[in-house]
Amino acid sequence: MTKKASIRTARLLVILGLILGAIFSGFPILWMTASSFKSNMEIFAFPPRLITESFSFNAYKVVLGDPEKRRFFLNSYLVSGLVTVLTLFVGTLAGYSFSRYKFRFKKALNVIIIGVQAVPPITLLIPYFSLIVMLKLYNTYAALVLTYMVFTLSYAIIMMTGYFNTLPRELDEAVLIDGGSRFMALWRVLVPIALPGMVATGIYTFMLAWNEFLFALTLTKTIDMRTVPVGIQMLMGQHSYEWNEMMAMSVLGCLPVLILYLFFQRYFMAGMTAGSVKG
Amino acid sequence: MIAEKQMTHRSKKRSLRNIFIGLVPFAYLSPSILLLSVLAILPIAMVFRYSLMNNVIMEKNPVFVGFANYAKLLSDEVFHKAFANTMYFTAMSVIFHLILGLGFALLLNTKLLPQMTRAIFRVIYVLPWVFTATIIAILWRLLLNPNGVINYLILVSGLSSEKIEWLSSKELALHTVTFINIWSGYPFYMVSLLAGLQGIPGEYYEAATIDGANGRQLFRYITLPQLKPIILSLAMLDFIWTMHQFTLIWMTTGGGPLRVTEMLSTLTYKLAFSSYKFSQASASAFIILALSLIVALFYVRQQRATDD
Repeated sequence: MTKKASIRTARLLVILGLILGAIFSGFPILWMTASSFKSNMEIFAFPPRLITESFSFNAYKVVLGDPEKRRFFLNSYLVSGLVTVLTLFVGTLAGYSFSRYKFRFKKALNVIIIGVQAVPPITLLIPYFSLIVMLKLYNTYAALVLTYMVFTLSYAIIMMTGYFNTLPRELDEAVLIDGGSRFMALWRVLVPIALPGMVATGIYTFMLAWNEFLFALTLTKTIDMRTVPVGIQMLMGQHSYEWNEMMAMSVLGCLPVLILYLFFQRYFMAGMTAGSVKG
Repeated sequence: MIAEKQMTHRSKKRSLRNIFIGLVPFAYLSPSILLLSVLAILPIAMVFRYSLMNNVIMEKNPVFVGFANYAKLLSDEVFHKAFANTMYFTAMSVIFHLILGLGFALLLNTKLLPQMTRAIFRVIYVLPWVFTATIIAILWRLLLNPNGVINYLILVSGLSSEKIEWLSSKELALHTVTFINIWSGYPFYMVSLLAGLQGIPGEYYEAATIDGANGRQLFRYITLPQLKPIILSLAMLDFIWTMHQFTLIWMTTGGGPLRVTEMLSTLTYKLAFSSYKFSQASASAFIILALSLIVALFYVRQQRATDD
């Protein structure tokens, strides 16, 4: 009897803890979403209410109807997409090399690639600024795609090396015996098998690029080149705080990552933890 | 004779072939090497060179001044303040990320609730991590607004009789931004620690329970030691990344009021892009790099120790 009772109290405590935790992490997000459906007048209504009479999609209509704001999204999708494709391509080649070959300077290269992950973005910003201006890339997509790749690429190489290491070498050898080239082995056999790894790496890469703020803030200038994070910041300075629009834009701004997360949860976790647990 | 000639010819051919084969891995690596040289090694060399000049970018002919920029920074009170703030912000974030992350991971790992319930809670708990720093910043500016919902709850519950200026008060701002960063960062720990918990063999617990260990002892002598390598890795990575945090500060307080939330990153940014003191900013940027690499060195050493 007492054992049963103690299990019941334990379960109650766990449920209580879980609910408190859910309020802690979920309430701010719930409030943000609810605010995006309010009119700006009612954002700070007293007493505050989660759902008000003015409930509408107006803020979303305004954000999506404004070509300037639509452009922020277009820019973000374009830059993040390009960064993801390029990172995966270059990173897969490098990961293959690290996994399948022995060569000089392998260790030194490895240390550099891991070390890059610890380099502060702010340290790179000043030289990037002068390099990008020198290369006449200031205020272009290329400036963002190129500079974002320093962090995404080093991450992708670490990840892809790890994935290729888990695939048996017999696979490549089978292709070589059949008269195929090394590159064929990589392209036709390893890449399809390593697809889950590439998806995990790709999602994380997309997310890093989608969320980047510092480089986008400094290396672009005109409003038509701004990405979503910088766009949200500009919204904050520009108007006298259209809170509902800012919240609507935030909801739209985190949708891609949220959808990626919900659909590829397993891959996402793998990508996130692999980097940290096994660096 | 002829045979000998053939031999040398063949070995020459073979050594050429060997060189060619030796280059193959570099062919696969060449785009990466090129990109990382231009994007990481060259810029770090540049920022170090800048930090030794009187003022680059603004001056047409900058002059070498040695470590004068470093000396100036290290004796500057604002820099001291930014350093202290960064350390407080980082250390508190790492500690509370770990406490919350481990707490939530233990709750989610419970055997007392069905799989589905746990999965739903896990999604809710991960949410803060899905949001970018810009969005987290304005989200909390909404919640913590003097007229916002948190102040309303505090007024109604009688915890305070007046509205609290969370982000613009000199006393509170640093704690507030630290809290926001804690809120946004714990899922990273939670997810990794949950994976770690699920990797601990159940037999360990069974054996200890048979020997009469209670819940606290199980945690102290099995769970914690098993998680230790993950915890150390997480804490060191988090320390490095939190030290670099720029966006959250920039979007909530901008380093104010009166520099009480000024971090090394925001100070460096302002030195460069508001005051146009690019050389001093470079010196500051290089100091942040050095600090990060010191922590990274510990990280690598710890990783090696785990691998052995």
